[in-house]
Amino acid sequence: MSTEDEQAKAVSEDEISEIPETGSPEIGENEQDGSGAMIILFFILGFVASLIVGWIIFPKLLYSQKQQPVAFNHAMHNELVDEGCESCHFFREDGSYSGVPKLAQCIDCHEEVQGESEAEEYFVTEYVQKEREVPWLIYAKQPPCVFFSHVAHVKKGDMDCVTCHGNIGESESLRVYEENRISGYSRDIWGSNIGGFKKNSWDRMKMDDCAECHRKENVNQGSVQTEKGACFVCHR
Amino acid sequence: MKHEKAKKFGMVIDLDKCTGCGSCMVACMAENNVPFREDETDKLLSVAWMRVYKLTNGKPFPDADICYLPRPCQHCEGHHGHSPCVSVCPATATDYDTRTGIVSQIYARCFGCRYCMAACPYHVRLFNWYDPVWPDGMEQSLNPDVSVRMRGVVEKCSFCIQRYQMAKDRAYMEGREDIEEEDYQTACTQACPADAITFGDLNNPHHKVHQLARPDHRNGGKPRAKNLFRLLERLGTNPKVYYKSSREWVRNLGDNHDAIQEKA
Ligand code: HEC
Ligand code: HEC
Ligand code: HEC
Ligand code: HEC
Ligand code: HEC
Repeated sequence: MSTEDEQAKAVSEDEISEIPETGSPEIGENEQDGSGAMIILFFILGFVASLIVGWIIFPKLLYSQKQQPVAFNHAMHNELVDEGCESCHFFREDGSYSGVPKLAQCIDCHEEVQGESEAEEYFVTEYVQKEREVPWLIYAKQPPCVFFSHVAHVKKGDMDCVTCHGNIGESESLRVYEENRISGYSRDIWGSNIGGFKKNSWDRMKMDDCAECHRKENVNQGSVQTEKGACFVCHR
Repeated sequence: MKHEKAKKFGMVIDLDKCTGCGSCMVACMAENNVPFREDETDKLLSVAWMRVYKLTNGKPFPDADICYLPRPCQHCEGHHGHSPCVSVCPATATDYDTRTGIVSQIYARCFGCRYCMAACPYHVRLFNWYDPVWPDGMEQSLNPDVSVRMRGVVEKCSFCIQRYQMAKDRAYMEGREDIEEEDYQTACTQACPADAITFGDLNNPHHKVHQLARPDHRNGGKPRAKNLFRLLERLGTNPKVYYKSSREWVRNLGDNHDAIQEKA
C-alpha cells in the first residue's frame, strides 16, 4: 500500500471523530417552544411560492417568444384575392396540402412595392427581390412523427378551418409564435392554458385532442392494444 | 364515418422467381431511411427491415440446391391481433391495427426494452445501437415521409405505411372513398426485377394476393393454394406474408419440418 493511501485513511478517520462534536443531537428539544403556527405559515408560504413558480414563472421560462418574419394581414388579403383561402392554401393534385404559401403565391401582386406600408416594403425588398422564401413559423406544426391529412378533414370530412385553427384566417395581424424550449414544439400543441383547460376546439391540438374527436366520429378505431385509434393512422 | 370492410394487407413472395439480387433490400433502405454504418461486418448490430436469406438443402454436388428467401416483417395477426410482439410490449409502442392488419411501431414511444425482439420468431425486429450517421449531404435525400429513428429504439418493416397514407390522400382528393390495388404498393414489391413479390389486400377477392394465396380466414389464414406456405406455420402466429415454392425441401424448411422429423 502506498503512503498516499495511508494518508487518506488518516484523514477520513479524523473526519469521523469530528462528527459527534459538530452534529448536536439536542435540536429536537429547542423545537418545542417554537410555535406550530410558524411551521404552518412556513408551509403556506412555501406552497404559494411553488404555485407561483409552477403556474406563472415556469411557463414563462418554458416558452421563448418569436415574431413572425413578415407582418402578414389575412383580413386585408382575403378581400383582394379571387379564390379565398384556396388562392394561397391549396391542395395539390396528389392530395397533399400546400400549407403556408411560397413566394410564388405572392409574386403576382408584390413584384414591386404597391403601397405605403413598411411591412410590405420590408417583405418586397428582403424576400421578393432577393428571391428568398419567407421562413414562416407554423403555429399548428406537429412533431415529425405525426401524419396529418388536410384532405381527409377538409375535403372528405367537410370540416371548417376554424375548428382546428381558430380565427387566424380572418386575423389582421399574426400573433407571437411561442416555442417550447425543451421540445422545440409550438405552444399551440399544448395550448396557451398551462393547466391544459380548453374552451374552444382549437385551443389545443395534443394527441388526445385528435383522438377524442376521432373516437366521437369513429375514425379507424382499430387498435388492439388501446381499442381506440390505431397508431399508424396519425403516425409514421 | 362509414365503415368500409376491414383490410388485411399481405404479401405473396414467389421463391421460385427470387434470384437473391437484393434489390428489395436496397429499395427498402432508401424508402424507409434505414440507418447503416461504415462498418457493417457485425451483422448482429446492423439494421435491415428487409433481409434476404440463403437457404441450402445441404446435399452434395449433383443434388445441391439453394433458394433465396426475402423476409420482411410478417405482420402476424396471431389470434385477434395478439401477435407475439404486440402482446409483450409494455409501452404500447407496437400495436396491431384490425382495420389494415398492419403491426405498427411508434419509435417515440419505444424505450428499447427489446421484449418484442425476444418474442418475434422471425428476427424482423432490430435494435438501434447507435444514432444514425448519414454521410455528408445524405440527410438531404432522406424520405421526408418517414420519421428517422434514434439510438435505443426498436424498428421494423411497416409495409411502407406512409405510402398507404398518401394513397388515401390522393384517393380522397379525386373523390374516391377507397384506394385501388395499384395505389398502395410497398417499395420492395416495386423494386423486384423478377416480379417475385405481390402485395395487396388479402380480404379483397379482386386483389392478386388473395387469388394467389386463397387464405382460409376461418382456419387462421392458412393458404389453400398449392405450394404456398408461411414461415413457422405451426407456431400459430398467423403471419400475412405467404411464400411460394415448387420445391418440397424449401417448403419443409419454412416450418422447420426436418428438425421436427429428426426429433420424432
Ligand atoms: C394572400 C395569401 C393568403 C390568403 C388568401 C390566406 N392566407 Fe392564410 N396564410 C398566409 C400566410 C402568408 C400565412 C403564414 C403565416 C403563418 O405562418 O402563420 C398564413 C397562415 C395561415 C394559417 C396558420 C397556419 C399556422 O399554423 O401557422 C391559417 C390557419 C390560415 N392561414 C388560414 C387561412 C384561411 C382560413 C384563409 C381564408 C379565409 C386564408 N388563410 C387565406 C397567406 C394567406
Ligand atoms: C382537423 C383539424 C384541421 C382542420 C379542419 C384544418 N387544419 Fe390546417 N392544420 C392542422 C394541423 C394539425 C396542422 C399541422 C400539420 C403538421 O404539422 O403536420 C395544420 C397545418 C396547417 C397549415 C400549415 C401547414 C404547413 O406545414 O405549411 C396551414 C397553412 C393550414 N393548416 C391551413 C388550414 C386551412 C386554410 C384550413 C381550412 C381549409 C385548415 N388548415 C383546416 C389541422 C387542421
Ligand atoms: C391579389 C394580390 C395580392 C396577393 C396575391 C398578395 N398580396 Fe400582399 N398585399 C396586396 C395589396 C394590394 C396590399 C396593400 C398594399 C398597401 O396598400 O399598403 C398588400 C399588402 C401586403 C403587406 C403589408 C400589410 C400591411 O399590414 O401593411 C404584406 C406584408 C403582404 N402584402 C404580404 C404578402 C404575402 C406574404 C403574400 C403571399 C403569401 C401576399 N402579400 C400576396 C396584394 C396582394
Ligand atoms: C374535430 C374533429 C377532428 C379532429 C380535432 C381531428 N380529426 Fe382527424 N379526422 C376527423 C374525421 C371526421 C375524419 C374522417 C374524415 C372522413 O373520412 O370522412 C378524420 C380523418 C383523419 C385521418 C385520415 C384517416 C383515414 O384513414 O382516412 C387522419 C390521418 C387524421 N384524421 C389525423 C388527425 C390528426 C393527426 C389530428 C390532430 C392533429 C386530427 N386528425 C384531429 C376528425 C378530426
Ligand atoms: C388521432 C391521431 C393519433 C393517434 C391515433 C395516435 N397518435 Fe400519437 N400523437 C398524435 C399527435 C397529433 C401527436 C403530437 C402532439 C402531442 O405530442 O400530443 C402525437 C404524439 C405522440 C407521441 C409523442 C411524440 C413526440 O415526439 O412528442 C407518442 C410517443 C405517441 N404519439 C404515440 C402513439 C401511440 C403509441 C399510438 C397508438 C396507440 C398513437 N400515438 C396514436 C396523434 C395520434
